[in-house]
Amino acid sequence: MRPSRPPVPASRVFLALLARDLRVARREIVSFLVRSTLQPLLFVVVFGYLLPKMGFVQRGYGAALLPGILGISLALSSLQSVALPMMADFGWTKEIEDRLLAPAPIRLVAAEKVVAGVIQGFVAALFVLPVARLIMGPIDALTLAHAGTLLGITLLGALAFSTLGLWMGTGIPPQQIGLMFSVIVAPMIFFGCAYYPWQGLTPVPVIKYAVLVNPLVYVSEGMRGALTPGLPHMPWELVVVALVAMSALLWTAGIRTFERRAVS
Amino acid sequence: MVTPAIETRALRKVYKTPPPGMPQRGQSGPVEIVALDGLDLQVGAGEFFGLLGPNGAGKTTTIGILTTRVKPTSGAALVAGVDVVTDGVAVKQRIGVVPQRPNPDRSLIVIENLVFHAAYFGMHQAEAIRKAQGLLDMMGLGDRGGAKVDQLSGGQQQRLMIARALIHDPEILFLDEPTVGLDPQARLDLWELLRQMHGEGRTIVMTTHYMEEADRLCERIAIVDRGRLLACDSPRSLKAQAPGGTRIELTLDGDAAAAAEQARGQAGLLRVDVQGAVLSAYAERPGEVLASLIRTAEAAGRAVRDIHLAPPSLETLFISLTGRKLT
Repeated sequence: MRPSRPPVPASRVFLALLARDLRVARREIVSFLVRSTLQPLLFVVVFGYLLPKMGFVQRGYGAALLPGILGISLALSSLQSVALPMMADFGWTKEIEDRLLAPAPIRLVAAEKVVAGVIQGFVAALFVLPVARLIMGPIDALTLAHAGTLLGITLLGALAFSTLGLWMGTGIPPQQIGLMFSVIVAPMIFFGCAYYPWQGLTPVPVIKYAVLVNPLVYVSEGMRGALTPGLPHMPWELVVVALVAMSALLWTAGIRTFERRAVS
Repeated sequence: MVTPAIETRALRKVYKTPPPGMPQRGQSGPVEIVALDGLDLQVGAGEFFGLLGPNGAGKTTTIGILTTRVKPTSGAALVAGVDVVTDGVAVKQRIGVVPQRPNPDRSLIVIENLVFHAAYFGMHQAEAIRKAQGLLDMMGLGDRGGAKVDQLSGGQQQRLMIARALIHDPEILFLDEPTVGLDPQARLDLWELLRQMHGEGRTIVMTTHYMEEADRLCERIAIVDRGRLLACDSPRSLKAQAPGGTRIELTLDGDAAAAAEQARGQAGLLRVDVQGAVLSAYAERPGEVLASLIRTAEAAGRAVRDIHLAPPSLETLFISLTGRKLT
């Protein structure tokens, strides 16, 4: 019998998988940024620039809008960075098989996808923040003094949406994915407290409490706490607990559907 | 005792849903499909082993279980002495897999498919690039390294899959119907390559539904049908087990039952089978009995439409074992 190679440490397999995803992401950076940030930025142009110019919207609206736009970009980029490749990977030829055959537990392949989604969420957020600020012009309440909180919220938000991407990308039959994006993602954006602060929903208590199932609410509110701490926002403790709990729940659901697709 | 490269004991797999590759039928509710029904196999280290059977025999499921991608319902499967269910990682470390349909990573260019696969197995980049280029050269893809995968032809993609399965130098190579869809020359080239891989000491397990392929390449062949092992031996011994003599196949213009009944008493015939309009008779000296066999059929009121003679082969054995043709 031929001598076998020494076992490969899981960390090494993980880094190789990550290197593969980052190579692919780098190659597709333009389409990636367009896909995940064009829509939020167009919203900024209309609601953060044109409408205030026309006098339809108060100038102060920008302060409420900017953190939400950052949240949407982060959510869309992380979600799509995991869900879209998963659908191709588990498609007709099951392209992901070469990674499932890597000498590591298959959970590692899923975990790596989530980490790659988090990194891509960071890239989108890093791109959107200065561009949106440039389009809107100066915002009085905006501060970058709480960079640590901002990074923490970005990380947890990206994690929640990457795990959501894992679950959606593996749990939803490919032929229904277009429909599911419309049914899940569109309401999530509009009821994600991205375009208005959560406090503002007080006159409509039903909606105010119903939206709490939406992870985007916590990302938007967390961003508000970090970027415009002087304006009303959810306490960061609540944001952290909610995002950690949702990430854990979505990972548990996502890894189950992932394994069901990976091993028949 | 030397550990066998592969061992399965009473291996059983029941799919609750149609297995991958099987067309979904319009029926609702759970359907149970028994893909493997108590399969016992043993493959020695360094052996070139063939799994032969028609579509749906359970070949792909067997390979799927041995390569950790399908979970057995019951029974045991060991690769290099390691249990595929409890220690899949150690199994994956030792195997290379060539799938039935090429499934390259389409987001990567050709050479990256090999370099990243090598990286998943812990190989350093410089070594991976060197080995990747060497394998591409060997596969006749030396100048296609920078191409997109979609620019390769089907045969080229298949060769890329073989290169990918080899880059981490596995002990055991699994190939699932590797020559389906290849043109005759590409098939011969692949055979040559596989002989070379085997010559280097690798264990090779290949599924096929081509008799000739199994006969030419494999040291031992397992004939499987409907998830069961029907026979397992060297091609030579298997052929010796085939019902004696040449198979004479007469296609009549109608039901052959009456003609077969009359032929059964005829001297020189070892065995007579009937399936619809086809009468199959086995004889040591086909030339001597053919004329009288045709007369018997005509005497039974049938005209002979076609005559086919098949010397003792795996195919005649397969038909005698299963009552049906392989393809």
